[in-house]
Amino acid sequence: MESGFPVFVVLAVVSILSAIGVVAFKSPVRSALSLVLAFFTLALLYFNLGAQLLGISQIMVYAGAIMVLFLFVIMMLKLGGHDKQPEKTDRRLYVAIPVSIAIAALVLTKFIEPMLHVPVSVIGDEYGTPQAIGPALFTTYVWPFEIASVLLLVGIVGSIMLAKKRF
Amino acid sequence: MQALIAQVQGPAAAQMLVAYLALGLALFVIGGIGVVLRRNPVVVFMCIELMLNAVNLTFLAFARYQPDQWRTPTLGDPDPTISAAMSGQMMVIFVMAVAAAEVAVGLGIIMAIFRMRNEVDIDDMSTLKD
Repeated sequence: MESGFPVFVVLAVVSILSAIGVVAFKSPVRSALSLVLAFFTLALLYFNLGAQLLGISQIMVYAGAIMVLFLFVIMMLKLGGHDKQPEKTDRRLYVAIPVSIAIAALVLTKFIEPMLHVPVSVIGDEYGTPQAIGPALFTTYVWPFEIASVLLLVGIVGSIMLAKKRF
Repeated sequence: MQALIAQVQGPAAAQMLVAYLALGLALFVIGGIGVVLRRNPVVVFMCIELMLNAVNLTFLAFARYQPDQWRTPTLGDPDPTISAAMSGQMMVIFVMAVAAAEVAVGLGIIMAIFRMRNEVDIDDMSTLKD
């Protein structure tokens, strides 16, 4: 096994448990905090993969900006406490979980398991540094980068329009 | 850029790749179950974010551990391994940008619906259907 494997096991267990927490907690605030933990462990997994810049941006964008947005909305909608009535999940529970497990088993056996038998190249640790990403982002991928900036601008304008009293 | 040169590895690298892919699949499935089961739209959004993050993890796993037979070399590319690793990371960057825009607009829509109806329950939002 590779050297990063024990770290991977610990982080994988924590991230799966916190993901289950996001789904299972009744209170939206607890779901949100559990999601913060999931994002942090995913950032550490990115570091374990050698993608340093993306690990940092994961912490800043997801665990920072997006989660603050979620918590603000929970605060403004007064969703903080437990739900008033219990969620009517019974009949959906019996369909959703077997179907999901079936799809997961299909993907695991037909797509992921054959990867064990193919030759795999490992790229060096330096591929995730800003020195490696910056030139690629501003030469090969400069047009997608600009389109992403336009998309974010549209997102800003759209959310301001939605936040106005009358539209 | 000498450190970027890829090294061909044996079955240990394939096992790491499979471990990361299985974790990504597990997170994606848990997020999907949450999208189907939960009725609070904010929590449904959180589960969608979880699914996006699972896909990001898969992209980065493939950027680091690249199965040789699926890498298609393009013309004039000195090292397809490096460009494949770069394109995986670029996809993650753009998924993050799209997720940020999506969360801003989606939470704005939830706020607008809440102002209009004073309650948020996904099962009761069927105005467009009727």
